[in-house]
Amino acid sequence: MNTNVRIAGVDFKNPVTTASGTFGSGMEYSEYVDLSRLGAVTTKGVSSVPWAGNPTPRVAETYGGMLNAIGLQNPGVDVFIERDIPFLRKYDTKIIVNVVGKTLKEYCEVVERLADCDVDLLEINISCPNVKEGGIAFGQNARSVEEITSQVKRIAKQPIIMKLSPNVTDITEMARAAESGGADAVSLINTLTGMKIDIHKRAFLLANKTGGLSGPAIKPIALRMVYQVANSIQLPIIGMGGILTAEDALEFIMAGATMVAIGTANFINPRATIEVVEGIEDYMRKHKIDHISQLIACVK
Amino acid sequence: MVLAEKHKVVIKQNIQLDEDIYSMWLEDSYVAKNAKAGQFVSLYLEDGSSLLPRPISICEIDKELGRIRLVYRVVGKGTLAFSTLKGGDEITVMGPLGNGFHLEGKNPLLIGGGIGIPPMLELAKQLDGEKKIVLGYRDSIFMSQEFEQYGKVYISTEDGSAGTKGNVIDAIFDHDIRTDMIYACGPTPMLRAIQAYAKEKGMKAQLSLEERMACGIGACLGCVCKSTERDHHTNVNNKRICKDGPVFYADEVEL
Repeated sequence: MNTNVRIAGVDFKNPVTTASGTFGSGMEYSEYVDLSRLGAVTTKGVSSVPWAGNPTPRVAETYGGMLNAIGLQNPGVDVFIERDIPFLRKYDTKIIVNVVGKTLKEYCEVVERLADCDVDLLEINISCPNVKEGGIAFGQNARSVEEITSQVKRIAKQPIIMKLSPNVTDITEMARAAESGGADAVSLINTLTGMKIDIHKRAFLLANKTGGLSGPAIKPIALRMVYQVANSIQLPIIGMGGILTAEDALEFIMAGATMVAIGTANFINPRATIEVVEGIEDYMRKHKIDHISQLIACVK
Repeated sequence: MVLAEKHKVVIKQNIQLDEDIYSMWLEDSYVAKNAKAGQFVSLYLEDGSSLLPRPISICEIDKELGRIRLVYRVVGKGTLAFSTLKGGDEITVMGPLGNGFHLEGKNPLLIGGGIGIPPMLELAKQLDGEKKIVLGYRDSIFMSQEFEQYGKVYISTEDGSAGTKGNVIDAIFDHDIRTDMIYACGPTPMLRAIQAYAKEKGMKAQLSLEERMACGIGACLGCVCKSTERDHHTNVNNKRICKDGPVFYADEVEL
């Protein structure tokens, strides 16, 4: 049984990674799971300078999901390079670094700083709904998606993945723009913009008013979008959105994802990633699937 | 380092103490063995539409019988579901989580406000010295008698129905309470007042903070508070309440 997948010339031992922002740089979860069992760890977004993020409350539970408006708090690329890369390199897993910026220049600064670092791929976050500048602003217009993709691609030494937002009229348009800009892969979906009101306080529950909806509540939407994108571009896809179990992950793979990312599930079960890896292996064993590639996009 | 894995335990008892206030004893020898006063556990719901665990502070630890006690207020659908559980039912727990209180001071002052009162009970039990305990309520009194065996108890109520009329600071002035170490848990405005009081008097205080959490283990950055110094982990002036707290020295945080 072979669970190897390949994206942009990088080989992953299995198709399971983490969704950016739900796993830090793996330190906290390394007490619960052997990071070497994961295909890759996708880090929390990294910016050129430290970001303090949004005021609290930053999280709220909703029916079958949750809202977050963390605001991309992160220690900045220097600390990331010094501390987090050496930490992750102790494990036999690939490193995907999520890159954020307020301006195109800031994205490029991070990409340049990472150019000579020992990381495997970069995921360019053009879909965070919780920051005033940058993030989603680059991801809701096909022309700007293509522009940022080609600019980043010009200076990046690692393959680049463009992380797409579901908060658009037609996600396939953004996927095609990323492809024409020269992206090596796309990942989708980021969170859907949502809201919750505290009726007792008659106030927004999140300090940011709105937040990104994640969790199983969004899975059918994410799955539909992965399927649509798989049928409109040639690039490999990292699929995510509400995956809790191996069954959920297999749906994404069958819809056309080469890899899958586990996000909110980590908060509910710190061992969710490993359980998905093991569940996929069990499924393959049970159904006598020799190679995971037989399952990718098998539902047409 | 104690690993806080998710595990299923049996509920020994779950009873109502007051309107919306419940007391639950869990047969949890793992948490009982490893927990410190001021730590908390994550409690999970069986209903799949409620994904996130509820962080509940530990009220009492019985190492001998391998039990822990949680006293919680029903504030939403998660805690409402907990309140319907009965002795013999199972519940999923992850813990112990967070850092807990540092036990210090010769004549400590323990201050609990509302649902911040329960974690002070285990602390009262563990602390040495001559203890003074101030409990602040809105109106209805709960648990105050349980504290009496551990120190002198003073009460404040907002409506004046018992003890000092007003808040916990009013009670401290009312009784001219002196101390070398304050421990406090309660609503943020109360903690803010205690922080200002401690600063003015040049006293040390340990404050237990609360915030909405998701992961409970320091990864999601949902429950941060402003810190006075740049935090070593986050590299900004934010500390994680679930991981670096919930207990902080008053001069470490901005409330």
